[in-house]
Amino acid sequence: MRVEGRGLIDRARPVRFTFDGVPHGGFAGDTLASALLANGVRMHGRSFKYHRPRGVLTAGSEEPNALVTIGTGPGAEPNVRATMQELHDGLAARSQNCWPSLRHDIMAVNDLAAPFLGAGFYYKTFMWPRTFWEKLYEPLIRKAAGLGALSGAANRDRYEKAHAFCDLLVIGAGPAGLMAALTAARAGADVILADEGFRAGGRLTGETEEIDGKPGHVWAEDVVAELDAMPNVRIMLRTTVTGAYDQGTYAALERVGRHLAARPDALPLETFWRIVARRAILAAGAIERPVAFRNNDRPGIMTAGAVRTYLNRWGVVPGHRVAVFGNNDDAHRTVRDLTAAGAHVVALVDSRHDAPDVAGVRMFRGAMVSDTRGRRGLESITIRSVSGEDHLAVDCLAMSGGWNPTLHLTCHTNARPLWRENILAFVPVPGAVPGLSAAGACNGAFATADCLREGRDAAGAVLVDLGHAVPQGTLPRASDDAGRLAPLWAVPARGRAWLDFQNDVTVKDVRQAAQENFRSVEHMKRYTTQGMATDQGKNSNVAALAILADVTGRTIPETGTTTFRPPYSPVPIAAMGAGGQGKGFAPERFTTSHAASVERGAPMIEAGLWYRPSYFPEAGETNWRQSCDREVALVREAVGICDVSTLGKIDLQGPDVPAFLDLLYANRFSTLKVGRVRYGLMLREDGHVMDDGTTARLGEHHYLMTTTTAAAGQVMRHLEFVHQCLCPGLDVAFTSVTEQWAQFAVAGPESRALLNELLDAPLSDAVWPFMACGAVSVKGVAGRLFRISFSGEHAYEIAVPARYGASLFRLLLSLAETRGGGAYGMEALNVLRIEKGHITHAEIHGRTTADDIGMGRMVSPAKDCIGKTMSERPGLSGPEREQLVGLRPVGDVKKLTAGAHLFDPDDEAVRVNGKGYVTSVCYSPTLGQMLALGFLKNGRARHGQRVRAVDHLRDLETLCEVVDPVFFDPEGERVRG
Amino acid sequence: MADLVERTPCKGLLPLEIGHAVVREARIGRMTVIAPFKGQQARVAQILKSAHGVAFPEPNRSSEAGGCRVIWFARGQIMLVGEDPDPGLKTHAALTDQSDAWAVVTLEGAAAEDVLARLVPVDLRAAAFKTGQTLRSQLQHMNASITRIGATCFQIMVFRSMAATLVHDLRSAMEGVAARG
Amino acid sequence: MRITCPICGERDRREFYYQGDAVALRRPAPDAGEAAWEDYLHLRENPAGTTRDLWYHEAGCGAWLVVTRDTVTHAVQAVALAGDGSAEGGS
Repeated sequence: MRVEGRGLIDRARPVRFTFDGVPHGGFAGDTLASALLANGVRMHGRSFKYHRPRGVLTAGSEEPNALVTIGTGPGAEPNVRATMQELHDGLAARSQNCWPSLRHDIMAVNDLAAPFLGAGFYYKTFMWPRTFWEKLYEPLIRKAAGLGALSGAANRDRYEKAHAFCDLLVIGAGPAGLMAALTAARAGADVILADEGFRAGGRLTGETEEIDGKPGHVWAEDVVAELDAMPNVRIMLRTTVTGAYDQGTYAALERVGRHLAARPDALPLETFWRIVARRAILAAGAIERPVAFRNNDRPGIMTAGAVRTYLNRWGVVPGHRVAVFGNNDDAHRTVRDLTAAGAHVVALVDSRHDAPDVAGVRMFRGAMVSDTRGRRGLESITIRSVSGEDHLAVDCLAMSGGWNPTLHLTCHTNARPLWRENILAFVPVPGAVPGLSAAGACNGAFATADCLREGRDAAGAVLVDLGHAVPQGTLPRASDDAGRLAPLWAVPARGRAWLDFQNDVTVKDVRQAAQENFRSVEHMKRYTTQGMATDQGKNSNVAALAILADVTGRTIPETGTTTFRPPYSPVPIAAMGAGGQGKGFAPERFTTSHAASVERGAPMIEAGLWYRPSYFPEAGETNWRQSCDREVALVREAVGICDVSTLGKIDLQGPDVPAFLDLLYANRFSTLKVGRVRYGLMLREDGHVMDDGTTARLGEHHYLMTTTTAAAGQVMRHLEFVHQCLCPGLDVAFTSVTEQWAQFAVAGPESRALLNELLDAPLSDAVWPFMACGAVSVKGVAGRLFRISFSGEHAYEIAVPARYGASLFRLLLSLAETRGGGAYGMEALNVLRIEKGHITHAEIHGRTTADDIGMGRMVSPAKDCIGKTMSERPGLSGPEREQLVGLRPVGDVKKLTAGAHLFDPDDEAVRVNGKGYVTSVCYSPTLGQMLALGFLKNGRARHGQRVRAVDHLRDLETLCEVVDPVFFDPEGERVRG
Repeated sequence: MADLVERTPCKGLLPLEIGHAVVREARIGRMTVIAPFKGQQARVAQILKSAHGVAFPEPNRSSEAGGCRVIWFARGQIMLVGEDPDPGLKTHAALTDQSDAWAVVTLEGAAAEDVLARLVPVDLRAAAFKTGQTLRSQLQHMNASITRIGATCFQIMVFRSMAATLVHDLRSAMEGVAARG
Repeated sequence: MRITCPICGERDRREFYYQGDAVALRRPAPDAGEAAWEDYLHLRENPAGTTRDLWYHEAGCGAWLVVTRDTVTHAVQAVALAGDGSAEGGS
């Protein structure tokens, strides 16, 4: 219930929200957890395995129990920690892991079956029979397990990613972090101060202690105000630094829109920051650990610090009759704060016989809470001491087993923490993450005065490192009481005492793991699931280690810790992948003819990042084959136009370009005449084919290389490698001109006539023979013309600066159409090249050699080239290899499919008998049948023989004749005609 | 028969104004990549200075004189913008016309740095990236050339074919920044 | 991970393309023999410690770089241009 006059909430701003459909009220400044507690709602969810009723345990991001689903529909967010969710008007939260309702949960029967559900139960229970695993066990377990569920629908919420840079990143805005940020900022350093909460101050917001004579939270507000006014400081609240990475890179998740009742459409829910910091100071504070005792998981049992925070920050006392149980002085603060607020504290149970006095409360020294009762929430506790057992009626128990420094980030690059006996906790090892130092409670300094000093000193060291002057100044006055504690991990008793609340791991489970020889801490973790899931054992790890150490007869440092990995707290995949949804996934590259193609109804297909027209449907055509057949015919009979701008184009200049190309290509280019084009084959150094294309010699020292669309980037990288790394002495300069030129194939018997209508000077065979190239004037625009052909027809490629591309494409189409021609797309292009036996990356797929594709003789014997030496190895050429062949159906089955495997007619179609495979197929309207290209062992010697093409996936078998891969016009008369 | 008609890379896509940032297509004229041949950089620098009035830029720098700007563009490459290259350069450097190869926009306004912080993995705040500085990096997934040409103004270049994606990515970032108010 | 390109300055790893061992810089002569070529192309150390790799600043200046780094600590010890001779030698 609320206590008047306490808390940092705005009582003038009431807020309405619902939990499981029930309306409640809270105030601005509340979290969902504080508001639910204020309304007397103690039960927030059901546990993972046993479906036990659970309430809030903590007041921070380490919360293992109070996980809820916020919102509805596709963007509903499961597993939101109620302790982190800021209250806003209209907030709709739902409990999880229960059905049909939180109060009456069918799966709670698991709790009765607990004796059978201990650590490793499913490894043992669901082993046999084997086939049951996939069909029965796994689906059942999946249904029963887990916390909240995603909606399954596509989430249209916005997420964002961003980059930030600073001299100093301060992680945590408690006393140590504020002092560090202030020290560095006053010296002029560029500072980012990040805190996961929505209010700076850290524990100061939950305590009553004073700094410099004013309440701690007021001191924090004053520091924040000073920092906020400085241009060299960025304060990032609601921002959890989730990971430490190499070279000063940190990941951070900022909650941008989750706390707003009215959120602008474009506002991201969260922003995933990549922060590059020259130095960082971890000031992440500490997390209080629970004590393991029988039935310590009932709603109403929470950490002592959380109870203080609910009282001091939110003005909420989470019970009418409160007991406090701990092993340390810090827990006593909870008694004092509650008593001062007028709450009824019925007992202080301290495990230490020498615990100091606390006025006004019944004290049990050397005593422990050994059991609790209360079905849906705490009703009573049992206190065991030397004098016997006492039973007290309480509805809230505040427990404290000491504090664990929040050192997770220091372990993200593989460092292991150090055990410090006086605080019974692990502390960061210095230098664990280069450039990062720890200060304050996360470094094991628990007194506020020590936190302030460590924060200042850590910042001072950073300033010296970065060459700033260190400002002088006195530290604010604060308490130097760090408190004492004595070990207490688990209260010995029968029954279940919880360590890991989120994963339902008990002391017994850890003992059992050790008994079954899972003695390594990493094995114990995996066997019991202790420390897994969203809280990653923030509350439970050290206690679990202590139990394991005890059972195995080792010390805690000997037992070691599990590995802390990023993220510190959960990060939605949507945030990490922000910007990559929809069109943000990859750039779309559009040719200059894109709009015209789309206008004509062409379905666009992806080729790398490019979009190219598949085919151009005409009225009356009902499927792609009709369009494709027509387009093939118009190229063979009239003239077709195709945008080929996507092919990579690299401009090379310099006196050594001929020598450079001779090294790059298998064949020679130094002998190419100016004004001529040559087909070139490029090998990888391991002797296999990398890419092919045509290269034109535009001038004595000026070449233009063409690559395939798919390999353009790879070839450019290769050119840079060969030049920079292998022959830096060559005087060559090259740059990609792919984007500069719009280039169109004009292919077919009418191509020259068409171009002569367009060009300012007519073409003739004498000046423009096959494989000629040169400058042309296109309607007054300086362009380039190449007489090359992928279709096997008399053809040209014409290039103009890209600004004219859209216009030229439309012009070419209108000219073609008057001659019975038109546009052709990728489907027709593919048919045309298969008919001619021209290869693409379907054939040069990375495992084929020049000899395999029948181009072995192109590897010039008279010069070195990349890949030459290795291409000459035995086994990379000859009859043992699968060689490029053509295939045509000769049996009853007329269909061919790419991916089919080749077998001799009498062999069984099994892998060991495989003789090759089919790489490309098409229906050839020119030849009236399906054609295929493929690779067949010793294929060149087998022309005229028969093989079976068997496609096991599509259940198809085709008897084929092996033929030369050039199906159409083998003499090449048309291309020269 | 109709003549060839020019079309700019961002036609129909810009201008775009959201919050405190505006993106406009920049018509910067002739763009020539200049790659000096071996040992010729000093000579190229002389001609640049005498013919165009601009200094040969160090990596990550640009220089400007009148309507002419020269931007460091890559290892061994600079880009001359706004003027036809002096013919004397041709014997000392590879000259490649790239006037049509790049979509060029300016992003201007008080929010420009915040917008780019969402897209570019480099510190582009004024203290680290001053007017006249340039760099090659990525804008979202695209290779880009970015130059600060004013206190709150950046020139951004990506491949011409990616103009639509450039505008898409800028729009998303601008909307996110503007929505924060 | 961040790599300091000698031309562009310190940049995020995403701007770089990773190639592999810097042994690729030392291409054998065509007649160096099978063993030398096999070594060059296929045989690689897998050190726990210092390694020299080739990286390509693909989204930046286009320079090929030799990065000396520690596979255990992830420290980047040196970055040199592959093409200016300063990166040659060593293994």
